[in-house]
Amino acid sequence: MIAHAIVFYIFSLIAIVSAIMVTVSKNTVNSVFFLILDFISISCLFIMIGAEFLGMIMLIVYVGAVAVLFLFVVMMLNVAQQKNEWFNSSGRSSHIPVGLLVSIIIFFELIIVIGGWKYKPDLLDSIAIEINTDLTNTQSLGSVIYTDYIHLFQLSGMVLLVAMIGAIVLTFRQRSGVKRQSYFKQISRDRKDGIELVDVENNKGVKIDV
Amino acid sequence: MFSIGLGHYLTLAAIIFTIGIVGIFLNRKNIIVILMSVELILLAVNINLVSFSIFINDLSGQVFTLFILTVAAAEAAIGLAIIVVYYRNSGTIRVEEIDRLKG
Repeated sequence: MIAHAIVFYIFSLIAIVSAIMVTVSKNTVNSVFFLILDFISISCLFIMIGAEFLGMIMLIVYVGAVAVLFLFVVMMLNVAQQKNEWFNSSGRSSHIPVGLLVSIIIFFELIIVIGGWKYKPDLLDSIAIEINTDLTNTQSLGSVIYTDYIHLFQLSGMVLLVAMIGAIVLTFRQRSGVKRQSYFKQISRDRKDGIELVDVENNKGVKIDV
Repeated sequence: MFSIGLGHYLTLAAIIFTIGIVGIFLNRKNIIVILMSVELILLAVNINLVSFSIFINDLSGQVFTLFILTVAAAEAAIGLAIIVVYYRNSGTIRVEEIDRLKG
């Protein structure tokens, strides 16, 4: 029990510190690295609490895809030198106290809600899918998302498809001055445009107009 | 203190959520850090859903976490694509200089 608590505190401390470092880090590349550390520690917490599939999916999707996407964009836009200096920003810095005040109020509201909160009495009757401890976490999730939640699952696939097409369409750029193959022009060309029959007179030759 | 319950996980999620909010409020320079703060907020929501799912013994919370992961990945891809297009068109992604709408 105590080992469980110690591991929980270590991982959550790492997660909180790295989340703070994401927001205050001067260098954007360091922010991305701390974001990766945050995701890894939270996924370790997920695995520890008993949601192994989601923990591994967090590792794959967030660390493997999203964080690398962030790194890629940071490197491509060359904003690594652009410092992230919101503490010593001169001029319009009046938003900092108000922002901190609002954030502290939000935090204490959340803590108050967590502190004085109880389960509804008939909660246990309203459980949708009970966790079967005989099966692994992956098995039980798989038996649910392909049957009861199949429409939502396919809808999330549609969301990913739309996001993929949208990202491609947004960043696609047609450059001028690049020679391209035009299939439509090639196919719609017929014999009359391409070939000209000329009667060649003797000793005169043909004037080729290119 | 040494028996980790639902409250501990909810407090952790609240702390990370607040850090994400602070990152959005106070960051006036770098829009990529704002997107990362949004990712932190979604992460806090995921922690809430998973811990409730485990402690209530109901699997549907984890299913919803899966869908939130999907939406978060799509949102990051689209947001970064918009940032790339904006950088290409205007040459800057500093938050202070993105004021074309004069909002």
